[in-house]
Amino acid sequence: MVKLAFDGLVVLLLLWLAWQTLACADLFKAILQFISFSLVMALAWVRLDALDIALAEAAIGAGITGALLLAALARLRASLDGNLSGDGASPDGREVLPVRGLILAGVALATAGLGYAVLSLPETAPGLSQQIEARLGDSGVGSRVTAVLLNFRGYDTLLEMVVLMLALVSVKTFSSTRHAGAAPQDVLQVLSRVVVLPLILVTAYFLWAGTDGHGGAFQAGSVLGAAGVLLLLSGWRLPSPHTGVPLRALIAAGPGLFVIVALVTLLLQGTLLTYPPAYAGSLILLLEIAATFSIGATLAMLFLGGLPGDEDRP
Amino acid sequence: MNAVFLYALAGVGLVGLALHALIVHASLLRKILAFNFMGSGVFLTMVALARRAGGEHPDAVPQAMVITGIVVAVAATALALNLMLELGATTRDDVLPDDDRA
Repeated sequence: MVKLAFDGLVVLLLLWLAWQTLACADLFKAILQFISFSLVMALAWVRLDALDIALAEAAIGAGITGALLLAALARLRASLDGNLSGDGASPDGREVLPVRGLILAGVALATAGLGYAVLSLPETAPGLSQQIEARLGDSGVGSRVTAVLLNFRGYDTLLEMVVLMLALVSVKTFSSTRHAGAAPQDVLQVLSRVVVLPLILVTAYFLWAGTDGHGGAFQAGSVLGAAGVLLLLSGWRLPSPHTGVPLRALIAAGPGLFVIVALVTLLLQGTLLTYPPAYAGSLILLLEIAATFSIGATLAMLFLGGLPGDEDRP
Repeated sequence: MNAVFLYALAGVGLVGLALHALIVHASLLRKILAFNFMGSGVFLTMVALARRAGGEHPDAVPQAMVITGIVVAVAATALALNLMLELGATTRDDVLPDDDRA
């Protein structure tokens, strides 16, 4: 009963924070509420026995997405001289009352339909958990989520790494303006010096723990990315000898190694990404290490809005 | 009603809230926020329903899909924010040209 009351409180808090974020007149406040929402989301994941997602949500939702949004707001304010339509007049006045009512009714109907669909599902459904239990021994790792991510559904993770790289390439292609960035404050400088090393330790821990417990390449990569964002915020830039080929090689390492493993298994076994059980554990660890570095570097570069060192080019 | 369906319905509620905001707000930054809430709602519903597997461990497949989804969502958000900033630098506005400002 107490647990259900707590769940009810978390759910109400989630919906209230989402409502506040979307209706709040000040965009800066809205983004702060979005970050709080992500932290409550992490709590909800813990309640749903999804600790791996809770870790990813705390690092990405609250950390990196929040930093991306705040940096974008600052740049938007600068380029528009504070003349933002998102500030002040929340839901804008373009719709006359009947249209607004129609939109509200349509959305309410769609939401009710979705709710009905969810409630009409059976109370228990094993999903694929029995298949996972049956083959976990062959996967090479002890963690179910890692087994699914890197072995049973390795194909998804391969494509996901490609999506990340594609996003970075698109961001780099589109960004013509580059923000100089304000001079970092002392607090930030000291903070980043103190925090970055523990973050790197946490990255290594998540990477190692992910094979048998909670953690894994995604969580490790996002913590590494957050460390990179902190360093970039404090004014640090990658020394120029490393920004060209070495950085690009690091970003391509994750998807690249995945493709190589996929091709080798295709040639040797006849199927894509089917690891021989004897080597599965080491192969997964190798793929996770490459993926961690790639995800970390890609997230940090997404924050920078492209790749460093392009300023010097014509 | 058990906790599984409580969280699943909360996910549906988030999708509804976000869908409404996505339509009525002209500000692109608010649309991007709404898009993120919509993603969170979908993830919450998926993982809540994965708990129906019962037993000691929930179904790991939806959990793995959501972890992938969170990373893809942050990449999409970064791309969307970048497009918004480029639009702002070009048109000096943070709404789409065919949207009237409030």
